[in-house]
Amino acid sequence: MSNFGYVAPTTVEETLAVLQRATDQGQRTQILAGGTDVIVQFRSFDNSHRLFVDIKALKETNDIRIENELVFIGAAIPSGVLNENAELKALFPGLLEAADLIGSTQIQGRASIGGNLCNSSPAGDTIPALIVNSALCVIATNEGTRTVPAENFVTGVGRNCLEAYEFLLGFQIPRPSTDTGDAYLRFIPRTEMDIAVAGAAASLTLNHDGICERARVSIGAVAPTPLLVSSAAEALIGTTADENALQQAAQACSDAAQPITDKRGTVEYRRKVVGVLCRRAGAIARDRALSNRN
Amino acid sequence: MSKIYVSTTVNGRPEDVLCEAHQTLLDLLRDEIGLTGTKEGCGTGDCGACTVLLDDRLVCSCLVLAPEAHGKEITTVEGIADSQDGLHVVQQKLLEHAALQCGVCTPGFVVAAKALLDKDPNPNEETIRYWLAGNLCRCTGYDKIIRAVQDAAQELTPTK
Repeated sequence: MSNFGYVAPTTVEETLAVLQRATDQGQRTQILAGGTDVIVQFRSFDNSHRLFVDIKALKETNDIRIENELVFIGAAIPSGVLNENAELKALFPGLLEAADLIGSTQIQGRASIGGNLCNSSPAGDTIPALIVNSALCVIATNEGTRTVPAENFVTGVGRNCLEAYEFLLGFQIPRPSTDTGDAYLRFIPRTEMDIAVAGAAASLTLNHDGICERARVSIGAVAPTPLLVSSAAEALIGTTADENALQQAAQACSDAAQPITDKRGTVEYRRKVVGVLCRRAGAIARDRALSNRN
Repeated sequence: MSKIYVSTTVNGRPEDVLCEAHQTLLDLLRDEIGLTGTKEGCGTGDCGACTVLLDDRLVCSCLVLAPEAHGKEITTVEGIADSQDGLHVVQQKLLEHAALQCGVCTPGFVVAAKALLDKDPNPNEETIRYWLAGNLCRCTGYDKIIRAVQDAAQELTPTK
């Protein structure tokens, strides 16, 4: 007899109750958003019995709220839908470009930023972009919601801080000031639809003199988890994010990287390329900050 | 576990079927509803042969669970041609340009290309190539497919 199940609860409370009940009964649960990683893994590597808990029928996971101080992006919104939102694109071009790098038109009709984070791959393209935008992951729990900074969410390759009876509702992101810009770049050996060899994101805030007052830099695919690189940010703060400062930030990223050698690239190559990507992403973020202000 | 009841609309027709939780929308279409126009290529979302519209959004039906179709509207390649007017212009142009050989990828290309032209009736070559990048073809080398879609766009908006 098949011991697969599928439920699509319509409220957060109902979802948590389903997860709690299944967990108490020792049944494996699998949160389903766009399914573009979950269903591939299920069909290709691990077809063990489980209860699929579809979170796409919830209002919260589909919500986009753009307020004066905060922006909320629901966990289950397909990247294709996000990229049709002009206001979001103007606020977070780097984050939306990262989402747009993932997969084909068909994949983007389903794949979500929340799913990219919860899949917790070292190479998840949107994760460094979430980190530099200071995103807080909003997690539904039986005691209400708890928040975890994006840089602390992924705890290892394919592992994260979610408990079996919790799930991700979405992201709460500070609305960027008009003198802020973000960017994400990755390197792949072909022009599209591949997994990053290395990736880097930056978000910079420049004051009216063009001096960098706030910076966040994050790198992906060069360590077991995406990393927030504070030393790279420190190299930029107080400068005009000129070539010299960007070069120092790049070196900081290369130093922070703990890459592996695999079919996509060697340790030496990844270390070098992640620095180059940091320098280029930093320049784009700087130029966006300057043009946003004008 | 008992089977799951799915009430869905496929090509405008209501369908009430029973499925298992771990079946895919592709299984549902082919094995339960009997619409075998949609093909399985890779089964992992790489090739696009199983492309359908799910509530007007292009998806790989191999990466949708069958119960997810409940309450949704699905368009497959069988729903593209018109019973009165015959083939859709995209299908006609694929034929005229000989833009297929084995034909396994063609239903996916038809659904994806029509979705593009519905959204952007006058796409340039780059737009077409990016839009169709999730549809793989081992026979044509793609150029004939791209020309066919360009020709279809031309016919839909002849003022170009």
